[in-house]
Amino acid sequence: MSIILDKNSKIVVQGFTGSAGTFHAKQCIDYGTQIVAGVTPGRGGQTHLDRPVFNTVHDAVRETGANVSLIFVPAPFAADSILEAADAGCATIICITEGIPVLDMARVKRALIASAQAGREITLVGPNCPGVITPGQCKAGIMPGFIHKPGPIGVVSRSGTLTYEAVDQLTKRGLGQSTVVGIGGDPINGSSFTDILTKFEADPATEAVVMIGEIGGSAEEEAARFFKEKMTKPVFGFIAGKAAPEGRRMGHAGAIVEGGAGTHASKIAAMRAAGVTVVENLSEIGETVARARKPLAA
Amino acid sequence: MKLLEHEAKDILRARGVAVPPSGGVIAKPAQVAAALKRAGKAPWVLKAQVLAGGRGKAGGIKLAKTPKEAAALAKAMIGMDLITHQTHGQAIKVRELLIEGGVKIERELYFSVVMDRKAAAPTIIASAQGGMEIETLAAEKPESIVRLTVDPTSGLRDFAGRRLAFALGVPADRVGAFVATAKALVKAFLELDCSMLEINPLILTPKGVMALDAKVITDDNALFRQPELAKKTDHEASALELEAKKADISYVGLDGTIGCMVNGAGLAMGTMDTIALAGGSPANFLDVGGTADEARVTKALGIILKDKKVKAVLINIFGGIVKCDMIAAGVVGALKKIKLKVPLVVRLQGTNVAAGKDILAKSGIAIIQADELWDAAKKAVEAAR
Repeated sequence: MSIILDKNSKIVVQGFTGSAGTFHAKQCIDYGTQIVAGVTPGRGGQTHLDRPVFNTVHDAVRETGANVSLIFVPAPFAADSILEAADAGCATIICITEGIPVLDMARVKRALIASAQAGREITLVGPNCPGVITPGQCKAGIMPGFIHKPGPIGVVSRSGTLTYEAVDQLTKRGLGQSTVVGIGGDPINGSSFTDILTKFEADPATEAVVMIGEIGGSAEEEAARFFKEKMTKPVFGFIAGKAAPEGRRMGHAGAIVEGGAGTHASKIAAMRAAGVTVVENLSEIGETVARARKPLAA
Repeated sequence: MKLLEHEAKDILRARGVAVPPSGGVIAKPAQVAAALKRAGKAPWVLKAQVLAGGRGKAGGIKLAKTPKEAAALAKAMIGMDLITHQTHGQAIKVRELLIEGGVKIERELYFSVVMDRKAAAPTIIASAQGGMEIETLAAEKPESIVRLTVDPTSGLRDFAGRRLAFALGVPADRVGAFVATAKALVKAFLELDCSMLEINPLILTPKGVMALDAKVITDDNALFRQPELAKKTDHEASALELEAKKADISYVGLDGTIGCMVNGAGLAMGTMDTIALAGGSPANFLDVGGTADEARVTKALGIILKDKKVKAVLINIFGGIVKCDMIAAGVVGALKKIKLKVPLVVRLQGTNVAAGKDILAKSGIAIIQADELWDAAKKAVEAAR
């Protein structure tokens, strides 16, 4: 098993015919992912990458049975695209788009919360994220497929290339991954660390989790609390941004220490206190997991 | 983007929030007399227009009772170096003063709207104890803080505004004015895509409610739909940071000696941390982005090297969709245009890494190569010594 995606996931790509959508959809198809349709308003009826193009997500879902949406729509229109996918019945939505206004995401998030309260749970991953990959089964995102391999380690991260770095270290030490989830670098995102940890805890194929956080917000602190109260599987945590000054945004809109909150020190302290294995040196993530697992294998 | 007080007040005034009578902004002592006239009767307040908080205590806000006093203060304040508890020991040069007419203060309240990540909605944070920093307030008088989540679509309802007014002990005759002000502030927050709007203090005057100070931070991601804000200068960004921004490169200048070029914001932060862990100090944060071609690498390297503190450069690229051989060719191309006077350490990993390293090795340029990040960081620290 795995979380969020498996070999049966049927994906519709929103923003399919744009340059980013085209390039990455092709990479996903080459990986073996079932991309079943694309959506570009006004280009319905055409064929692109040998897949049918529809005007609306509703049409795509009805005609192809797609259950996951992968979004590459430009930032000004991306929030609306997320709501369209949700309205069309996609239970899983992965939004790659970077630069969506925070207020747009606040409105999206509240719509998703209202939907869940009404009994229809939707998993949104992102925005501003590399996507989700279940190695060997399904890749829905922009991550390089070849650095991954199937295995027992779940990975969840706020960053893109930092995740690749960690995955590469794991794979090179023979540690494959169950699913790798990039939750994105924005202040308001769909799935939190806690949401993904909940799924990994319930997934029989996941034996341990690597969690890569960064400065800003309190998602890592909340995840630490969840780990302490609800998790039985080991978690290895790394937090980026120790050398970052306060009050300056470090690329990601969410990576900013404001009013003394969201500091590297507070996150590390919260994880330590909860019993998460903290990795201080980015280069030692793979090594630390490998060392901890050796006694189990022996 | 952070707005200066006078910019924030102009925006709020236009949206129906009462602010003190303004004499405008002056950059020369000679402009003081005209500004006093515009601001009305004495006394007047001269306020240094800098982004750091804590100006009052540091001498950046002064009261003048006569025009002569105002002229002397203006002369002393323009050009002064201001060090507040928020400037981390560094002095900020005061270039402009806002001149305002004095107002009668009956009581000071604290009022702010921030984007609450957890609630995924704007949240009002208010207190009957105005004038104090919110961090101090939270530490010393947490019971005085009132929090109220606002629906990001409908804004602040009248009843919610009234609840807030009564919770803060606003006298009945000014509850109406308070609710109108609170609604206008929330509306401004939503309309301008703010991430923070802080009025400290929000004052009760004998007749109404007024914003005595204003601090506004807006969401850079929303600039495409904020023409009023898009025209403004980012006062916080250095010349180098503005140059990088124009080239769509995410760059933040720091105090160290090792210039970094990395693809991806998280890995860029992680690289800075690794340098620090290896005993060095990063000169900057730089995310070159997902399409690190020759033009971007050249631009990014140019920006890094304009910082005279830089003693060595570390390029750390994890090739995913971006291929290492492309990046290596970009680095070699860039170094044909830019004369490099400091050591360069390059660490490539990921897609086509072997071909990339080969290109670097055969280029004939003195490049220190490393396989792993830790090794690269150590080599960069060594090279910067």
